[in-house]
Amino acid sequence: MGAVKSTTPFAGTPEQEKSLLETIARLKDQKGSLMPILQEAQNIYGYLPFEVQRTIALNTGIPMEKIFGVVTFYAQFSLVPKGKYQISICMGTACYVRGAGDILDKFKEKLGVDSGGCTDDGKFSLEACRCIGACGLAPVITVNDDVYGKIGVADVDKILAKY
Amino acid sequence: MFRSHVLICGGTGCTSSGCDAIISALQQEIDKNDLTREVQVVKTGCFGLCALGPIMIVYPEGSFYSMVKPDDVSEIVSEHLLKGRIVTRLLYDETVTDTGLKSLNETGFYKKQMRIALRNCGVINPECIEEYIGTDGYEALGKVLTEMKPEEVIDIILDSQLRGRGGGGFPTGLKWKLARTIVPDADQKYVCCNADEGDPGAFMDRSILEGDPHVLIEAMAIAGYAVGASEGYVYIRAEYPIAIKRLEVAINQAREFGLLGNNIFDTDFNFDLFIRLGAGAFVCGEETALMTSIEGNRGEPNPRPPFPAEKGLFGKPTVLNNVETYANIPRIILNGADWFKSIGTEKSKGTKVFALGGKINNTGLVEVPMGTTLREVVEEIGGGVPNGKKFKAAQTGGPSGGCIPMEKIDIAIDYDNLLQIGSMMGSGGLIVMDEDNCMVDIAKFFLEFTVEESCGKCVPCRVGTKRLYEILEKITAGTATLKDLEKMEELCHYIKANSLCGLGQTAPNPVLSTLNFFKDEYLAHVNDKTCPSGICKDLLSYEILADKCIGCTLCVKACPAGAISGTVKNPHTIDKAKCVKCDACVQKCKFKAIVRK
Repeated sequence: MGAVKSTTPFAGTPEQEKSLLETIARLKDQKGSLMPILQEAQNIYGYLPFEVQRTIALNTGIPMEKIFGVVTFYAQFSLVPKGKYQISICMGTACYVRGAGDILDKFKEKLGVDSGGCTDDGKFSLEACRCIGACGLAPVITVNDDVYGKIGVADVDKILAKY
Repeated sequence: MFRSHVLICGGTGCTSSGCDAIISALQQEIDKNDLTREVQVVKTGCFGLCALGPIMIVYPEGSFYSMVKPDDVSEIVSEHLLKGRIVTRLLYDETVTDTGLKSLNETGFYKKQMRIALRNCGVINPECIEEYIGTDGYEALGKVLTEMKPEEVIDIILDSQLRGRGGGGFPTGLKWKLARTIVPDADQKYVCCNADEGDPGAFMDRSILEGDPHVLIEAMAIAGYAVGASEGYVYIRAEYPIAIKRLEVAINQAREFGLLGNNIFDTDFNFDLFIRLGAGAFVCGEETALMTSIEGNRGEPNPRPPFPAEKGLFGKPTVLNNVETYANIPRIILNGADWFKSIGTEKSKGTKVFALGGKINNTGLVEVPMGTTLREVVEEIGGGVPNGKKFKAAQTGGPSGGCIPMEKIDIAIDYDNLLQIGSMMGSGGLIVMDEDNCMVDIAKFFLEFTVEESCGKCVPCRVGTKRLYEILEKITAGTATLKDLEKMEELCHYIKANSLCGLGQTAPNPVLSTLNFFKDEYLAHVNDKTCPSGICKDLLSYEILADKCIGCTLCVKACPAGAISGTVKNPHTIDKAKCVKCDACVQKCKFKAIVRK
């Protein structure tokens, strides 16, 4: 859960900000509203940079350090932008015993990034994800919404070539 | 009235293998052949046999089509639905006999199962409240609200001896009783559901939510009535989009039908339900951490007491159960405690759902009476280990559980038996491993998970699991000594005894149980510097068998490190200094001439 400071400059649009402020106004009076707000904010921006956290802090009255604490606690929240294609390698036990570790290594090697990283051109980001529950297809990976099941190390090149 | 119903599994497994394309192709063909008023297509929840997905069952014949492709659809429509001729080539081969079709319930996979929690999964359309009501849905809630006092509800649940299906096995009735009585004058109480199924390789709760979401709503309302709560929260994994959507649909339908909201069944009982999404933290499966997370904080656990029954969500008395536990409640209310008690073993009543995965033929979801042996689950229901490999161990309880070896395969599965051999029931993940899996590597895999998921609040877990992982790294790298093994065991007991919450207290279990049953594998890594299963890369070396190599040069081309040399038609050799152990050559070789040692 290491916090990584993004080196990409923040480029939020006015539409995104409007949408975020509406979300905050709609949710902030709910009990325990911070998590839903962060989840929707990440849907709007794709990640949760410092600027977005600050907007949330200013508009909810929740201290910035608490927001940062929550963002860095949960695996789902990202402080860095994700790639255009997000590759997730399922590292559930069923996939692991069927060789998911080797597949992750192959992707790391091919993309030159570590798990959690994004290629310099912003095209691919790679992550080892928690069980997605498609254990019948183990080992399984997803690229955005596409699911590839029962794959082997040899399929990695073919999958990357599609994007 | 439709003359034929086509049930297609819309669970996550079958969705991932493309059931949506099949449904749209089917709908098109049905339109084209003017069958819309004769044939109904129903997208159901999980049938359980995920390994054969996408799955389609056509009634009234009950033909079970497996691994259906969109291209097969026109044949199914023109042959089966129009002419009444079953498409034999697509049938699940276990259902085919010489004399015709065998009922699904007689196949090896289903025969020993008993479906209580999963009873509607794969049977009804989960997005249709009428279908749930049509299978006695909401009858238990009606009975409870109009005929029973809250204390009577609690008494039935107590009497049924239902224990929590999330792992711990705490008596559910007792939990409810405490939440009702411990703070008698509380102005607000809450009912929570843990649907943050965090164990890797477990998908029981997801399948119930996907296949029968109303059962959860009904059961939580019953719990609300029993303990005196008017609000409920379902904490569900964000990684389960289909389950979330179906639960949202179901909650809205229940509100429309007056089954959630004010004055349910014209009584003065009010209850409403809200969804909160988890954000990817295993520790949030721990009850105090889960509630802290719903409150919008870092999901760190708190010391107990106070227990949630006294001071839980937002500081109010709270009852928390998991999805599968709730799924049993309406049946117990309708059929009675004695019925439920007649199933299972002395101290573990009812059934348990398991997600079968790993090296097993019939990957999928099964529900068996407590007391079923592991052998029955693996060999009969699961269809055994694929590719003629030998069963080595079954892992239950996820990162908190342990491995059960071959010599214990006849164990009757219940809470106490599993604890006794150093594993635990857990939420129901059951991963099978064969002779190619290294048990030290598996222990390391789970520890890596725990290190990552430790919330960091208490030192024994935060630092202890990390040190434990480092010792395992040394073992798999071949640099550990016997002293390290001793230290590792001592550290395990220290972490178990001193961690704040269940995550830390059970984190060493994968290490202790593998150390107990597979000590020889640890010793091989430590003393002989070899990995008997050929998994731990640092201990491997690759060799070409001269008598099998025909010199085809495929491996030379495959090797990324230029470590293989040799001329055409002559046996090749591997330069061990250059070899990066990537396994590419082994996969390319058609003659099994390259071996890992």
